[in-house]
Amino acid sequence: MTEPNVRFDQVQPVGEAAVAEPKLKVRDVHFYYNGFHALKGISMDIPERQVTAIIGPSGCGKSTLLRIFNRIYAIYPKLEARGSIELDGENILDPRYSMNRLRGKVGMVFQKPVPFPMTIFENVAYGIRHHEKLSRKAMEERVEQALRSAALWDEVRDKLKQNALGLSGGQQQRLCIARAIALKPEVLLLDEPTSALDPIATGRIEQLIEELKTQYTIVIVTHNMQQAARVSDQTAFMYLGELIEFDNTEKIFTKPGKKQTEDYITGRFG
Amino acid sequence: METLYLRRRVTNALAILLSLAATAIGLGFLAWILWDTVQQGIAALNLKLFTTITAYGDTGGLSNAMVGSLIINAIGIAIATPIGVAAGTWLAEYANRTKLGESIRFLNDILLSAPSIVLGLFVYTIVVLPSTAITHGNTSFSGLAGGIALALIALPVIVRTTDEMLRLVPATLREAALSLGIPQWKLTMQVLIRAARSGIITGVLLALARISGETAPLLFTAFGNNYMALSPLDKMASLPQVIYQYANDPGEAMHALAWAGAFVVTMFVLLLSLASRLAFSRNKVSHD
Repeated sequence: MTEPNVRFDQVQPVGEAAVAEPKLKVRDVHFYYNGFHALKGISMDIPERQVTAIIGPSGCGKSTLLRIFNRIYAIYPKLEARGSIELDGENILDPRYSMNRLRGKVGMVFQKPVPFPMTIFENVAYGIRHHEKLSRKAMEERVEQALRSAALWDEVRDKLKQNALGLSGGQQQRLCIARAIALKPEVLLLDEPTSALDPIATGRIEQLIEELKTQYTIVIVTHNMQQAARVSDQTAFMYLGELIEFDNTEKIFTKPGKKQTEDYITGRFG
Repeated sequence: METLYLRRRVTNALAILLSLAATAIGLGFLAWILWDTVQQGIAALNLKLFTTITAYGDTGGLSNAMVGSLIINAIGIAIATPIGVAAGTWLAEYANRTKLGESIRFLNDILLSAPSIVLGLFVYTIVVLPSTAITHGNTSFSGLAGGIALALIALPVIVRTTDEMLRLVPATLREAALSLGIPQWKLTMQVLIRAARSGIITGVLLALARISGETAPLLFTAFGNNYMALSPLDKMASLPQVIYQYANDPGEAMHALAWAGAFVVTMFVLLLSLASRLAFSRNKVSHD
């Protein structure tokens, strides 16, 4: 997986956002879809317990990058990632890094809410059960805690035994967030989590992100620049598979360092 | 301009007329068959039909054939369902887009359209003949052999629906489960099968409807029996086989019994189709 000639510790990350102890250290990551070079040497430091937004036009590789962080891309054939991504100092792209352990540490929420065809309670308990053996009581507490953290508890406390598919889209998405944080991950990946939701549901999720960042390192991919500006501390701008600029969100949106970033932010393309 | 428009309207009217005619021909014959079955069947319907065995001939009923049909169909579905669901799952989840998977899918489609009499002869050769030899003729034709023949007919139907229903489950559901660290086998058994459940049940019910009208494969396997047989190792009567036999009989009373049998089978299949529709519409999972 790693190329012998490159010392990843010598590759400098892009931008000023680099922090003292990053949660995720991305170094020279390349990605190939069936031979197509989709990511071209991405290096960045993702700070702990902050929200990092990745923005850029369609096809720039932002979702691809996110999907490397928990190696979910690996379920499809002919996809290949090179480089290194260190999570707390360990390279998660190393095939020896256990998938089970990685996915327990890095949770993901997808574009469209996809509850499992089970009850609301089971949706949250299902993942926990795979990683830990809990007593009934402890499980109930864990599920309640997750649903509370996802700001869903009050709406579903009386219908935990009902099918999750009966919830509204926004509720389903918060259920998916609850399901992910129920495993107590360290990193939470959000892949355009509000693109299928109405403005009110979107507002609730954004508020939730604000609350969750006190506990989790959050990386969010979004199409919506205002959303990135609202929720994130750091913003990365990607274009054509390259990381163009990565900096404090305020700086990116007020005085971007690169012409391409400025053009994108001001709506000249994308 | 005017003529172009006129020509389109005429073509359109003609096309609609032709499609209507085609529909009418198809539906007309179906309605005719149903009408005859219902009319003649209801006329011949009486309580004796359900309480008396075929040994009494034109003064008897069809009870042993009904029980036989239930047992043989149950055996067929009981064998075909687990194998069919497992095979369909393997095709959709593990062998999808592989050469081996595609070849097996293709073979399954061939089996789907195999003439049922061939399957009957096949089971005659691999089950009936050996069992006759081994038991010195104590067990030859049997309800079990009939069930196995019907299982071979139901199997490809179940494989195909399971395969198709699982492939309809959105990829995002798989990703969501895998991103929680759930391994593939658990995902398949606990999430995907559940998501596709109503479709799979529909497939099983349709397979049951399909086999409950089969006659040819039972002639070489279950054979028939004028008495009530409850052991699957005995020769066993079934409704389609009795209908076939009675319809060839010159006696009017026998014809009436055959009509009554046909009516019962038709109603059974109709109820199964309705049940499968219900199962599919009520439990439909939308992931748009």
